[in-house]
Amino acid sequence: MATNYETHEFDVLVIGAGGAGLRAAIEASAAGVKVGLICKSLLGKAHTVMAEGGMAAAMGNVDDRDSWKVHFADTMRGGQYVNNWRMAELHAKEAPSRVHELEAWGAVFDRTKEGKISQRNFGGHRYPRLAHVGDRTGLELIRTLQDHGIHQGITVFMEYTIVSLLKDGERVVGAFGYDRERGRFRIFKAKAVIVCTGGLGRAYAVTSNSWEGTGDGVSLAYHAGAELLDMEFIQFHPTGMIWPPSVKGILVTESVRGEGGVLRNKDGKRFMYDDIPDNYKSQTSMDPEEGWRYTQNDKNAKRPPELLTRDHVARCINREVKAGRGSPHGGVFLDISWIKEKIPNSAEHIKRKLPSMYHQFMQLANLDITKEPMEIGPTTHYAMGGIRVNGDTQATNVPGLFAAGECAAGLHGANRLGGNSLSDLIVFGKRAGEYAAKYAKENPAGTINDAQIEAAYREAMEPFERPAGTGSEGPYHVQTDLQNMMQANVGIVRLQNEMEFALDGIQKLKARAAKVAVQGHLEYNPGWHTSIDLKHLLTVSEAITLCSLDRKESRGGHFREDYPDKDPEAQKYNAVISKAADGSMKLRREPIPAIRDDLKQVIEEMKN
Amino acid sequence: MNKQVTFKIWRGDATGGKFVDYTTEITEGLVVLDVIHKIQKEQANDLAVRWNCKAGKCGSCSAEVNGMPKLMCMTRMDTLDISKPISIEPMRAFPSIRDLATDVSWNFRVKTKIKKFNPRKPDAEDGTWRMQQEDVDRVQEFRKCIECFLCQDVCHVLRDHHKHEEFIGPRFLVYTAALEMHPLDTENRLAELKQAQGIGFCNITKCCTKVCPEHITITDNAIIPLKERVVDEFYDPFGWLWKKIRPQG
Repeated sequence: MATNYETHEFDVLVIGAGGAGLRAAIEASAAGVKVGLICKSLLGKAHTVMAEGGMAAAMGNVDDRDSWKVHFADTMRGGQYVNNWRMAELHAKEAPSRVHELEAWGAVFDRTKEGKISQRNFGGHRYPRLAHVGDRTGLELIRTLQDHGIHQGITVFMEYTIVSLLKDGERVVGAFGYDRERGRFRIFKAKAVIVCTGGLGRAYAVTSNSWEGTGDGVSLAYHAGAELLDMEFIQFHPTGMIWPPSVKGILVTESVRGEGGVLRNKDGKRFMYDDIPDNYKSQTSMDPEEGWRYTQNDKNAKRPPELLTRDHVARCINREVKAGRGSPHGGVFLDISWIKEKIPNSAEHIKRKLPSMYHQFMQLANLDITKEPMEIGPTTHYAMGGIRVNGDTQATNVPGLFAAGECAAGLHGANRLGGNSLSDLIVFGKRAGEYAAKYAKENPAGTINDAQIEAAYREAMEPFERPAGTGSEGPYHVQTDLQNMMQANVGIVRLQNEMEFALDGIQKLKARAAKVAVQGHLEYNPGWHTSIDLKHLLTVSEAITLCSLDRKESRGGHFREDYPDKDPEAQKYNAVISKAADGSMKLRREPIPAIRDDLKQVIEEMKN
Repeated sequence: MNKQVTFKIWRGDATGGKFVDYTTEITEGLVVLDVIHKIQKEQANDLAVRWNCKAGKCGSCSAEVNGMPKLMCMTRMDTLDISKPISIEPMRAFPSIRDLATDVSWNFRVKTKIKKFNPRKPDAEDGTWRMQQEDVDRVQEFRKCIECFLCQDVCHVLRDHHKHEEFIGPRFLVYTAALEMHPLDTENRLAELKQAQGIGFCNITKCCTKVCPEHITITDNAIIPLKERVVDEFYDPFGWLWKKIRPQG
């Protein structure tokens, strides 16, 4: 039967073409192996384009006190010490080289007066560290990788979706999927597969993620036997647009605060001064004047509380809204226009520093951010958890399967610092490409199992075969119900009974998803695609809920109203999710390996 | 507050199609893409439309709204007259796939033929370069491009005269300009611009500049300077003579 499908053969197949996928594909092809690259959308449209603020790399161009050690310590503190410390170390050490490499490939970063790559302040980073291009750094990253990658001999498959990974015994040996445009199924045979599929924000109702962020790679890897790690840690970005309704969730970059933007409640009060966590007290300014100087790169000033970590800022906003001190549409005010008190010609300054934010609010909300405050609220932004990988090689526990970028876990621990995502993509995208190519060279091609292909084909086609009416419904309704349920019950503030309700609800939604019916044809049929995405969304939602129930404390992106404090014991383990032999989802706690002494010392040194 | 709106949406594929009317209720603050999604969810599950970021950053949801090339995600409903049906059709300069999705693969093939970035040797011993902000401002304008291809859609050389084999279109003239004006680049792309890439076909009607959602001044800042460089290289008799007689090496 398998002979009916066109088969493509590669040494390394990369699934996902955002920053991590492109960087992995470039590295693997540079190692001399044959590489295929699957894009769910058109090339260069992946969610990486949405990244605004910059990529963190301790180059020390703006403040020479910066070093990999400070970056490492900042990342561990931000992640509240449940990070994979080896990944945090490699990331801090290698990010500067990866950024310089982008410049060699044509990226045009903003400059310092000395003509070096400029670096900006961001939440949780002790020194100005983010290489950036205005507020469109993600576009610069993906376009640079794309324009370099198209000359590398990589075979690109645009608008393809993978529905299943193929296995030969324990090993992953390829993938099965379809092209959106024609609806034809294809077999991709590969000696090694790298999953770089990005996020899962679409499991929630309010998210900054595009339709693609349905957790495909996490789910594909899980169903192929890969372990997932720390799925409870979801980052709710504090500043998403909330008005008008159609833009709810769209990101407002942290650079607004980095450039001096302040948060106020409806009474005009800068409420962030009310709650500064102990471990950040020594680095945070209580004086608004000093905070302003910090945003203007005064090396002797401490940061304003608006630039505390994202989890904390999101909860403070949530608290203001719940206490009835929110803005008219259920958020708070973010104001950059006030800097007119400080800078002559502030409107031009804001437009130059934050061009896409100016544009976004002008066009979508009819609001001039140089004159008025924005209304903002938290939005589901990023998954710190994901596929468990080896910190050096990005290999999963399944032979032949690698993962990098947002769908992989470890680097960010319980909370990711802004700017650490783009650098994650290029540091670990490169490593994944390198080690997948090495694996492909050392191992012969596996055998494709026809029965697996037929099973995946039947599962994908079933929604067409269900008669409309009797007990079936369209996929969009199930998707919307899941998103609303996750938002309400496994969101920013979590409670045992609500999450138990959600876990039960997920089982009911699974039953509904198994009955969805779609009409029409195979070509570019979004209803059908949504019916396939549902399986992924339900898988990741179940994993998030299981892990959130298990972690009976509050840490980073995971906040429990019933356990509002950190539990020192809970700092000692990660949650590991795996698929049991009976097909059910299992959770176990696994101790975090003891940190190397030299790294422990770095953390201690940087605590002051 | 809710109002009725009728969208006339082009439904069909490469073999042909027709406009189909969909009437739905809209609330305050929607953009065209929201209404398309609403219709997709409630009335036409299989309506094909490309979109990703919904914030004007990825350039996927290009279409023609009442005949104007637009990003659907950045076109507010309150800028349109909803007392009359609103027509939504795919970009017409490219072959249809289905409904609002067009085959834009030609653009990706064109880009691979343009010589890649080739930097000079690093300026510093650590392998890095030095560039002043004012020297990169111009290139940064071009690099704002989100590849929505609306400029290609509106360009009459492509849309009406179908010169896809002889002319690369405004998007790739901007792309070439970003490379040619990059302070570090050492490559010369003028011969191809003149010949295979057909820069001479552009007669600077500036339609591309008008539709660019990133407000890149495509014609004035990218195309005209490139045209001048081509002229200097190939049509300036004094320049030609100087190149022949100047001391070599």
